[in-house]
Amino acid sequence: MPSLKDLKNRIESVKSTRKITKAMQMVAAAKLRRAQDAAEASRPYTERFNAVLSSLAAAVGDSEGAPKLLAGTGSDQTHLLVVMTSERGLCGGFNANIAKLAKSHADKLKAAGKTVKIVTVGKKGRESMKREYADLFIDHVDLSEVKRVGYGNAAGIAADVLKRFDAGEFDVATIFFAKFNSVISQDPTAQQIIPFEVPEGAEAGALYDYEPSEEAILADLLPRGVATAIFSALLENGASEQGARMSAMDNATRNAGDMIDKLTIQYNRSRQAVITNELIEIISGAEAL
Amino acid sequence: MQFELVSPERRLASMEVNAVRIPGADGDMTAMADHAPTITSLRPGILTVEKDGGDEKFAVTGGFAEIGAGVTVLAERALPVGDVTQETFDGWVAEAQTAREGAAGDTVDAAVKLLADLVAMGGEIGLNANQPNL
Repeated sequence: MPSLKDLKNRIESVKSTRKITKAMQMVAAAKLRRAQDAAEASRPYTERFNAVLSSLAAAVGDSEGAPKLLAGTGSDQTHLLVVMTSERGLCGGFNANIAKLAKSHADKLKAAGKTVKIVTVGKKGRESMKREYADLFIDHVDLSEVKRVGYGNAAGIAADVLKRFDAGEFDVATIFFAKFNSVISQDPTAQQIIPFEVPEGAEAGALYDYEPSEEAILADLLPRGVATAIFSALLENGASEQGARMSAMDNATRNAGDMIDKLTIQYNRSRQAVITNELIEIISGAEAL
Repeated sequence: MQFELVSPERRLASMEVNAVRIPGADGDMTAMADHAPTITSLRPGILTVEKDGGDEKFAVTGGFAEIGAGVTVLAERALPVGDVTQETFDGWVAEAQTAREGAAGDTVDAAVKLLADLVAMGGEIGLNANQPNL
């Protein structure tokens, strides 16, 4: 049976934990709004861009000499997995879910006899991927100094990925991130970025004139497409992270509240027991006289 | 005619216009209402929007334009000309220079042209590219 003083100390410490988690929840809520705004603001660009790229890709797709970024290298032996996670923890299962999806993907590819290479973005993913796949791990992109993810960050990652592609280091690239549905639901998602996958139902927009030429514009657009895909994944991830943190901290705050209630009841009971004990002692003392 | 200028990070402009002068990769072109549907890539240059109440100019470093019922310009980086400071411009030039130095094989020509276009654009808006040895 813990003493009254111990109980009191525990109640105090849980109370301060609750204050912290409450504050973190509110900060996450504010950041979530900003992240959602950023994702919203990028949408017109991504939508137009993907529409044009898809119709171009559908038009050029089957012809010979199509760019490698669209047609692929003709092999799918080496896979590059770009695992995007957050720089910070305390956001529930957010990072674990992305890592889990990436791991199951990597295991499946390995079982099929493919070569797997892993690049991570975000510290949390690096830790868990490096632990299990130290031999497959080739690079890490550090965004811990970045306050707000900009297109420049995505373009940097894309340039790095493209350099490796041009050097023939891999045939297929897939990015892993969490798609933001709502505060309580974020879907870990795998999206193939190289070669570019023409979405189903994309039609060749033959009514356009192209300057300089379809092929030249496509060759110009495909690398940008990689950057755009990474950028929107980063933004989705940012919103998902804050959403996950918000609900995790909400849970933590509620749990702390429950714990405080329980401890307070226990404290009151023990206090009552002590008083009763003292009374008994006094009474039996008086009777003995 | 509806004109939209969007960058990956935000929508920069959306307005009703009479004509848009686009710095296309193969040369400037002006799009007016009922222009033939065209998609063109952009070179670094000045995008001029003609509308009632005066022209507006934007500096773009690349991207592409889609001309259909309206004009949509998708630029990775675009700024109203007045907002381009010497500092931003120096950043762009430095980046293009690094790209040129790193270029090899077929990409050299493109990188050199990109830099030259950028310098020309700077001249147009009165910024010095500090490139005497081009």
